[in-house]
Amino acid sequence: MLHYTLKRLAGTIPTLFLIVTIAFFLIRLAPGGPFDRERPVPAQIAANLNAAYHLDEPLPMQYLHYLGNLLRGDFGPSFKYQDYTVTELIWQGFPVSLKLGAMAMGVALLLGVILGTVAALRQNHLSDYLVMTTAMTGIVVPNFVLAPVLGLVFGIHLGWLPVGGWSDALRYSILPVTALALPQVAYIARMTRASLIEVLQSPWIQTARAKGLPLRRILWRHAAPATLLPIISYLGPATAAIITGSVVVEQIFGIPGIGRYFVQGALNRDYTLVMGVVVFYGVLIIGLNLIVDLLYAAIDPRIRHSRNTASSQHGS
Amino acid sequence: MAGGLLLVAIALLCLLGPLLSPWPLDEIDWDHVATAPSLAGSHWFGTDSLGRDLFVRTLEGGRISLMVGLVATLVSLLIGVAYGATAGYLGGRVDALMMRFVDILYALPFMFFVILLMVFFGRSLLLIFIAIGAVEWLTMARIVRGQALTIRQAAFIDAARLAGAGPLTIIRRHVIPNTLGPVIVYATLTVPQVILFESFLSFLGLGVQEPLTSWGVLIAEGAETMESSPWTLLIPAGFLAVTLLCLNFIGDGLRDALDPKQR
Repeated sequence: MLHYTLKRLAGTIPTLFLIVTIAFFLIRLAPGGPFDRERPVPAQIAANLNAAYHLDEPLPMQYLHYLGNLLRGDFGPSFKYQDYTVTELIWQGFPVSLKLGAMAMGVALLLGVILGTVAALRQNHLSDYLVMTTAMTGIVVPNFVLAPVLGLVFGIHLGWLPVGGWSDALRYSILPVTALALPQVAYIARMTRASLIEVLQSPWIQTARAKGLPLRRILWRHAAPATLLPIISYLGPATAAIITGSVVVEQIFGIPGIGRYFVQGALNRDYTLVMGVVVFYGVLIIGLNLIVDLLYAAIDPRIRHSRNTASSQHGS
Repeated sequence: MAGGLLLVAIALLCLLGPLLSPWPLDEIDWDHVATAPSLAGSHWFGTDSLGRDLFVRTLEGGRISLMVGLVATLVSLLIGVAYGATAGYLGGRVDALMMRFVDILYALPFMFFVILLMVFFGRSLLLIFIAIGAVEWLTMARIVRGQALTIRQAAFIDAARLAGAGPLTIIRRHVIPNTLGPVIVYATLTVPQVILFESFLSFLGLGVQEPLTSWGVLIAEGAETMESSPWTLLIPAGFLAVTLLCLNFIGDGLRDALDPKQR
């Protein structure tokens, strides 16, 4: 297990390096600079600004400079929010985004697994069709449609919940969490159903049944571990989907998380802020994928002994 | 089956529908600003807050959304199939290296790179095709590579090699045609993902630009005026949802038909 962990850990380094490199050069190649205004600033001031931010050095030097700072956990100053460093901005938004994302993930897992189990146990009955139809709807209605519709119905027409804003009160998070979680509930319910149906037909379950064990016990002790394996491997892509989804949901509900900084930063050409967010999210996604892979290997010994490294499935 | 028919109907409507209406894409009807849908007048789906005909805009938007779906999937298909077939057929070290590269790319937060591309290099349709296609080819490459690994051991590959065919010819003439089944299934499932991706970008204001429109753009516009005129959100959102539903059904159906293990 230790060997496997080290191998996977080493495998993340090229990915991280690639993220930083691509993001850095992509942003520098882009037309327009952070100090472009409608009225150009005097040449002397522009030169001073560029010098202060090391923008006057050759590109490879800037790159090395940035890498060095990154290793020390310094994302540099924000070009637009001049009183803050990027690190400060990210840490300001992260608790909000984390809370939103973690709640959405919790809801998605809980509801998805329960609904999928119900559907699998009542396969081809009314409740199965009901769950599967709902799941399909959840997949084809993207969260940028769901979010405004939820706001309209529950916020404006019924007046039950706030349409936007963010505070510690639970009622501010109900709508955004729902909008963010529902598509994932749908995917997880479908996967749980397919997986449980297959597991229930396997010989060891037949044996348990033949022994006369009660259904509850069969489900918890014998079926659950095998059923949940594909769900665990889906956690990586699900995290990525929730992170990207939160960019939209934060925008719609006016939530002060990291997602908003990303879009604003990109539109403002705030190089360091955008870079910081991309790198931060990259590290987050890679870290979670790593944890998922390790979890998976801990449960399923076939993986850590196979020659090929297990890589988590795709999620965009 | 029903999914397929409905999809063809939507596609035909998008292609031919705008010809039926007297209104062009971006003309403003000052007498009917933000009117509700009605079959009586000439604005069958109503108008938006600027008085533009929603029927024409929804269908024109559909053209763009469907086109992006098809072209970007085609791009991903070309890259993925060529890459996967090469890796799978060659096998060994080359295969390991090529697939390691795919593994690394998998872990990248691609959505963010595509957004960066859109912001920095202007929002042209061509860039959308390429950017989305370049993101979606990874899974295709894995599927094709898995297929190619088994195919390379088949007797007809040995026969082709004995007959003096080079690796390029073998990959093109013998490996790729035999991977087509799963490739078609996965391509059908890629189209809805791509359409969704484009809508997401357009919703953020980073996709298709005026005067062109797409379902994502219309949904974003509709979301702003949904209090006073809910149809501006619901009609394009409905078209998007039904189209995605059809494509998913077709994809699932094809997969079930081709893979007896799945139910």
